[in-house]
Amino acid sequence: MKRRHAPPGTRVIASTLGALPFDLLCLTVLCVVGAHVPHLPIWYTATLAAIVVVRWWRRRKYHRRVPAWLRIVMLVAVPLAVVAVYGSPFGREAGAAIVCGLLVVKVLESESVRDARMSIGFACFILMSALLFDQSLPFTILVGLMLLPALATLRALEPGLSRSGWWPAFKPGTVTLAASLPAALVGFLLIPRLATPLWGAPDSGQGRTGISDRMAPGDIHSLLTDNAVAMRVGFDGAPPPEDRRYFRGMVLWEFDGRAWLPGAAARRPWPPAPVGIRDPPTHYEVTLLPSHRHWMFALDVPIDTPEEARMGPDHTLRSAQPITHTFRYRVESATDYRMDPEGLAPRLRAAALELPEGFDPRARALAARWRAQTGGNAAEIVRHALNLFHDGGFVYDLDAPPLGRDSIDDFLFDTRTGFCEHYASAFTFLMRAAGVPARVVVGYQGGYWNDFAHYLLVRQSDAHAWAEVWLAGRGWVRVDPTAAVSRVMLADTGGAAGDVGGGSISWWMPWRNRMDVVNRWWGQTVVGFDALEQSRLFRPFGIARTSAQMLGVALAVAVFLALGVGALLASLRPRAKPRDALSAAQLRLQRKLARIGIVRGHAEGPRDFYLRTATELPDLAPTVNKLAAEYLALRYAFPEPPPERIRVFVRRLRNFHPRRVVK
Amino acid sequence: MDGVAQHGRTGLAARVQRWSRALMRGRNPETLPVRLDRRRIYIVPTRAGFGFAVLLATMLVGALNYQNNAALLLTCLLGAALSGSMLLTWRELHDLTLRSLHAEHGFCGARLPLHLAFADDRRARHGLGIAVDELEQPCPLEPGTSRASVTIPTDRRGWMAVPRMRISSTLPFGLFRAWSWITPAQRVLVYPRILADSKPPARNDDPAERITGGDEFAGLRDYHPGDPIRHVAWKASARHDHLLVREFDRAAPGQPLRFDWNALAGIDRETRLSRLAGWVCDAYAAAHPWILVLEDNRSFGPASDTGHYHRCLAALAELP
Repeated sequence: MKRRHAPPGTRVIASTLGALPFDLLCLTVLCVVGAHVPHLPIWYTATLAAIVVVRWWRRRKYHRRVPAWLRIVMLVAVPLAVVAVYGSPFGREAGAAIVCGLLVVKVLESESVRDARMSIGFACFILMSALLFDQSLPFTILVGLMLLPALATLRALEPGLSRSGWWPAFKPGTVTLAASLPAALVGFLLIPRLATPLWGAPDSGQGRTGISDRMAPGDIHSLLTDNAVAMRVGFDGAPPPEDRRYFRGMVLWEFDGRAWLPGAAARRPWPPAPVGIRDPPTHYEVTLLPSHRHWMFALDVPIDTPEEARMGPDHTLRSAQPITHTFRYRVESATDYRMDPEGLAPRLRAAALELPEGFDPRARALAARWRAQTGGNAAEIVRHALNLFHDGGFVYDLDAPPLGRDSIDDFLFDTRTGFCEHYASAFTFLMRAAGVPARVVVGYQGGYWNDFAHYLLVRQSDAHAWAEVWLAGRGWVRVDPTAAVSRVMLADTGGAAGDVGGGSISWWMPWRNRMDVVNRWWGQTVVGFDALEQSRLFRPFGIARTSAQMLGVALAVAVFLALGVGALLASLRPRAKPRDALSAAQLRLQRKLARIGIVRGHAEGPRDFYLRTATELPDLAPTVNKLAAEYLALRYAFPEPPPERIRVFVRRLRNFHPRRVVK
Repeated sequence: MDGVAQHGRTGLAARVQRWSRALMRGRNPETLPVRLDRRRIYIVPTRAGFGFAVLLATMLVGALNYQNNAALLLTCLLGAALSGSMLLTWRELHDLTLRSLHAEHGFCGARLPLHLAFADDRRARHGLGIAVDELEQPCPLEPGTSRASVTIPTDRRGWMAVPRMRISSTLPFGLFRAWSWITPAQRVLVYPRILADSKPPARNDDPAERITGGDEFAGLRDYHPGDPIRHVAWKASARHDHLLVREFDRAAPGQPLRFDWNALAGIDRETRLSRLAGWVCDAYAAAHPWILVLEDNRSFGPASDTGHYHRCLAALAELP
């Protein structure tokens, strides 16, 4: 360290890091690492936190620096560990892991004020990156609060901090953060959004949640235990009855022996099947959370197509772009309908009967027996199948045993345990084998109706699979084979049981469902505030479309105004506080007199002032003289003026109303 | 047309004059009190401030690119808070009023303590620093205490104008530096440099009257303004939060010492002055009465009190 000659009586401003700033720096870094715990391996974040704590302890206790070789080892170890876990240093999680590690390395070498400032800047950036993983309101608030230790560290790096606790260090940051909330909101509203990203699609390959494009029995097990919100639906009128809350996502036509896939039929640009409506259509708005897929879920069955979507022949809605951001759309659905009742087109009939050769001989035999028994009556065949699921010893259990090559046979005749996927898959297979056109539909069913805010909350755990069979004269009919199962094993794998439409298992789910109002508000107003919403910002003021230039001008004006108001507030002088009751009363009297134009001069003593007042207000002279005498006596005649006399004096002053008599 | 141009020019001239006055404000000596108002407070980002600006720009571009509104909100919040801290920095200086200043006497070559009295507006200004030369001296002000001390360098004896002072602050986050210049129209008297190797002059040779222990160290006591700087026990003071001075045994008053300018022939003027000043200090420290005789045969003393000490040194300092 360079030492300057310090004159006596002054302190050298040390550029080494003091104890308090270092404590706060370590706290900040622990917060930053903590913000990344949810999406990084726990051993990794735990190791980083432990390193920070050990470093803090060693510096505090022994004033030790970290040897250079150890820092170099860390610098090499961090990318190696990340590559070992993620296979590459690129990508969202790997990037976050690397920057967290580098921040900790920076703390290891931080010995000077400059190092600490750089670490804090770096820490702020990494805090922000944590929001790329989770934009929910609680997490955003948490991350915002984590700015406090960062700002406290910056404050502690400055001189003049008394050593009485942490609050003096935290105070300026807390005050500025609180005071800048309005400015931050205005900036948030006015900063022009990018309609398209400058670089790279933000990680469409990762973080995919929700229903996937295929369905094999056992696949959505993890989904059914996922309490994340899938979508929220607000209805224009009353919500549909509970037994009709089926949200159609995709229709799976093709079975490859193991999994159900959309198949060729879903991709053809055939027109949507005609739908006969038997009740007034339901109008509603869906807010879909990012799924990184194309499926747009709609109440069974959608009868119009939102602008952004295309409707397939099987009445599924697909968006042109993968849904990477919270997406809102309005749809119209008929809940009591006849789909394609006139007659199935041969190409669709063929697709709805196709089965792979060489799989599941026992199931095929069973289906053939039903067909023979009923003489090919489709409705009878369906009843046979539902009776089998109801009386055949089938169990609903999320913890389903694995299935072998002939998965349908294994399920129907051996394990007899499974959940919606198993039942929908087996049912559809049986139907096709018995010659009834059938297909699998995947979507959501149920949801939580929020009576307070009037919307339906659908979680990933509400994911469901059911079947549709085509019956002559009635068209495609929804059949939910899972509902036929009588024995339900409630899995203790979490809070999810939406599949059976059953109750929530964990005690706090009802609370979470109710509190979802806040998340919904957050998602709609903040997270979903995109370029389109922003262009409608000034619609209430008669501006139909706000351009980026207008936003920029508004932003500049807002910054200018904010600085002006801030400067005005900052230059306010704190009002001089009177020292005691007597002075307070005196000041009040002076204000009263100033109102009628008698202002006490800076160099004017109380005695002169009251003398002048008495001459200027001859009518009130006796009163003024008495008040002045009493004040002077109270102020100067006693070492400690008697409080009751002060009280009397204050009352008399209060009742004194000077008025200038115009003559 | 001509008149308009004329008018424009004079307007511009007046503006330039106003600017230059604004620029020069704080360079021309001003009488105290001086209040720092908005026209004389300058503020620019520090190096760290520019660093954070780059950081915020990066965060902004990242949040916009990933269309992540939570991150954008966080960036806006941090940006607003950090740029808002500019106002707090500015507020550290705004309305600060330097009421008066009082200089201690000091010797040339040493730094001279300067006590500043600010108006107490019941506001804490913890980050104030005052720079007279390249060294910035922290002088935090607590509400209720409005006094601060700095030291100024001295390089010549005699009357010296109090140099221009830069009062600055980087609170709260070190991202902005606000500063203002004050040049108080005030002078301080700097005593001559003291020569360390000055031997005391020949005295009355009677060994019986020799002062014994006049330089003998007796103990330490707290520093009071007016104590000779040479008696400050720096090492001991470093262990305390206030200055300590060495106290010496008071020797029995004997024959006054006689420090005569004219007796020091053959050396140059400043060395002579320094030597005389050194002797005065030694005698004062030993509490031994002395007489100082200058070149114009003005004589001071005999005496050994503080007033005499300062009169002698001031006379030496003011010599042409």
